[in-house]
Amino acid sequence: MTLLYTEVEEELRASVRDLLADRCGPDAVLKRVESASPYDMDLWKTLSREIGVAGLLVPEEYGGAGASAREAAVVLEELGRAVAPVPFLTSSVLATRALLQVGEKDLIQELASGETTAALAVSLAASPYRPLPATVTVTDRGTLSGEVRAVAGADVADVLLVPVGTALYRVAAEHVRIEVVPSLDLTRPIATVTFSDTPGEVVGHLDARKVLSFGAGLLASEQLGVAEWCLDTTLAYIKERHQFARPVGSFQAIKHRMADLWLDVVRARAAARNAADLLAAPPVPDAAAAVEIEAASAVAKSWCSEVVVHVAEEGVQLHGGTGMTWEHPLHLYLKRAKSTGIALGTPGAHRDALAVLADLPAPA
Amino acid sequence: MVDGETIGERVAALLAGHDPADRLEFLRARFDAGLAWVHFPEGLGGLGAPRELQQVVERELAGTPQLDTGVQAIGLGMAAPTILTFGTEEQKKRFLRPLWTGEEIWCQLFSEPGAGSDLATLGTRAVRDGDEWVVDGQKVWTSGAHHARWAILVARTDVDVPKHRGLTYFVCDMHAPGVDVRPLRQITGEAEFNEVFLTGVRLADSLRLGEVGDGWRVAQTTLMNERVAIGGAPVRRGGGMIGLVADTWRSRPELRTHDLHQRLLRLWVEADVTRLAGARLREQLSAGQPGPEGSGMKLSFASLNQALSGLDVELRGEEGLGYDDWTFRRSDSVDFFGRGPGYRYLRAKGNSIEGGTSEILRNIVAERVLGLPSEPRVDKDVPWKDLPR
Ligand SMILES: Cc1cc2nc3c(=O)[nH]c(=O)nc-3n(C[C@H](O)[C@H](O)[C@H](O)COP(=O)(O)OP(=O)(O)OC[C@H]3O[C@@H](n4cnc5c(N)ncnc54)[C@H](O)[C@@H]3O)c2cc1C
Repeated sequence: MTLLYTEVEEELRASVRDLLADRCGPDAVLKRVESASPYDMDLWKTLSREIGVAGLLVPEEYGGAGASAREAAVVLEELGRAVAPVPFLTSSVLATRALLQVGEKDLIQELASGETTAALAVSLAASPYRPLPATVTVTDRGTLSGEVRAVAGADVADVLLVPVGTALYRVAAEHVRIEVVPSLDLTRPIATVTFSDTPGEVVGHLDARKVLSFGAGLLASEQLGVAEWCLDTTLAYIKERHQFARPVGSFQAIKHRMADLWLDVVRARAAARNAADLLAAPPVPDAAAAVEIEAASAVAKSWCSEVVVHVAEEGVQLHGGTGMTWEHPLHLYLKRAKSTGIALGTPGAHRDALAVLADLPAPA
Repeated sequence: MVDGETIGERVAALLAGHDPADRLEFLRARFDAGLAWVHFPEGLGGLGAPRELQQVVERELAGTPQLDTGVQAIGLGMAAPTILTFGTEEQKKRFLRPLWTGEEIWCQLFSEPGAGSDLATLGTRAVRDGDEWVVDGQKVWTSGAHHARWAILVARTDVDVPKHRGLTYFVCDMHAPGVDVRPLRQITGEAEFNEVFLTGVRLADSLRLGEVGDGWRVAQTTLMNERVAIGGAPVRRGGGMIGLVADTWRSRPELRTHDLHQRLLRLWVEADVTRLAGARLREQLSAGQPGPEGSGMKLSFASLNQALSGLDVELRGEEGLGYDDWTFRRSDSVDFFGRGPGYRYLRAKGNSIEGGTSEILRNIVAERVLGLPSEPRVDKDVPWKDLPR
């Protein structure tokens, strides 16, 4: 148990960062998100083939890397730093975790290679602590009908995993209508997924709370990466930008704000690492340990959600007019920041959950 | 290589050979066994081991006599690391053992009425007289001076050079003639700190720490350690001030309101992430001296403690309107968590002032961690004696 990064994790980080530096610079991302296919599936294939990120959480016996949440968190940090438009969170974390939980074995092997991509058909805004809204139902004939809105990663998914009640259905994407809608986060588009008399097959029974809480705990690491990029980029800018014959970064009003942001990010890193570390442990039947793990995710996600938005907003402000331009990549980060704040439970939802997890009950 | 196993053996030998019922004898034996602070060198209370192994020692010796970290805080947190870094072998041998066992209490004679944040402008003079120094001046806000046997002292030894360069660092004998300690009543009603008047105090040159004129550099070591000592203390999950407030919350449902609940949950999260960041910093630090990052931990500790102690008073409603005791008395030790909620609220106000104000710490983070340019300095090249005062 450590809150630091291991050597293996640093090596993984370096290879992901190198590849992203080559293939996914801010200009490239900006150009891509304005194109017809905002996801960079070529990059995704390379990340999967060369570094094996798609199968990171998949056990070796199913063709994965058999790594843990700690390594997945490091990848998420780097993908966040680059606002990389790839379906790692949706396919390799959420969908993969759901399949692992239900004990599915075939599809998971396909996902591990990165050749097939899946998406969990739940709203990106779904909270772990509320039952999923029952917008999809099973017809008399055993087919699915209904719709799920704001699904991330759906437009690049080959397979959709659809929770209906406690059952998890597997549905081929070609039998589903997937309509991309304009989204706040240009680098992680959302879509409305419609099922009408859609054939599907039950793959097992899903505890959605566990999967979403796992996703939220790891999303904190992506948020950390986004926040770090914003902090570093803003820092570089205010050192170089001169007004009143001084770097604007030499004014104390600005320095103090930067010091506070740094401290927020330092604490975000500790919280995200702690969540990843606890989520990396093999599942245990011990109820107290399960509470501790869920609480660590709730703490990390609520803290990191607010920090990442604050750092991105301060970043725009401290860039002045430049911060408001489309050319500067900051807006991509602000949009990612704000939408990850809503994703998988708002900060308030996670704090409310802590009322129970940490035994701090609400007034009667 | 010292590892957990070696430590286990040492602990067993200590427990076998010494009776914890004799507190002082046991603490002395623990020091001699190298189990005081394991990262210190052998012979000086340590084993030259990685700092994180201290946790093992603390766990194993949890049931034995403990130090009084309140009254010993300055000795342990500030004097000791400075003596270790800059002291001569004789100084280390002379001071560290009674410092650690608590036989000799330490205080810090840094701040002066005219030199707080701008510590380097201080005017207390030390003038050389043969093998001795003669010290004259006034210090202020000196915590625990009324208990202290020794002090760490910064004094001006050269008025003709710019302020940072004319300082020298000493160990001050608090029992020497000419040392006059007067209580200063504070916001809480008690007197934890003091004014200290130094009049013709003679200190042997062997009490000097570091070179003449190098006092600022020596003081930096003290200050960095002070910030970690104040902000970086290990707390368990849900411990410290958040633990106090949470206990009240759990045991007194009639006090709960929705507004307070939201604030409590936010502060719970902040307390937890601050705790984790402290733990992470200690992992990073496992060897070596604290860097400017420690200032960050003190910054967050201060604002968190203030918010929590304020919430505590408010949460208690009617009871929050009361106070435990306004009697003017000299406090026994520094205690952020003890006494009543009103006391804790008022004492916490000092957390963002003592050991460097939060403004100064933000400057340090901005300049030394983030590398932002310093503000224009008007006094940098002016001899101290020519500075406006
Ligand atoms: C409880 C307590 C215990 C203490 N114990 C000790 C002790 O044992 N030994 C000892 O030597 N001292 C001790 N001190 C003194 C403490 O170190 C000083 O009070 C502190 O360094 C601030 O100095 P000052 O009080 O002169 O405030 P000032 O320096 O006068 O500051 C006044 C205000 O101006 C702000 N300010 C000053 N300079 C700047 C700047 N450059 N940029 C922005 N804002 C600035 C400060 O942040 C503060 O808000 C103690 C203080 C307290 C409260």
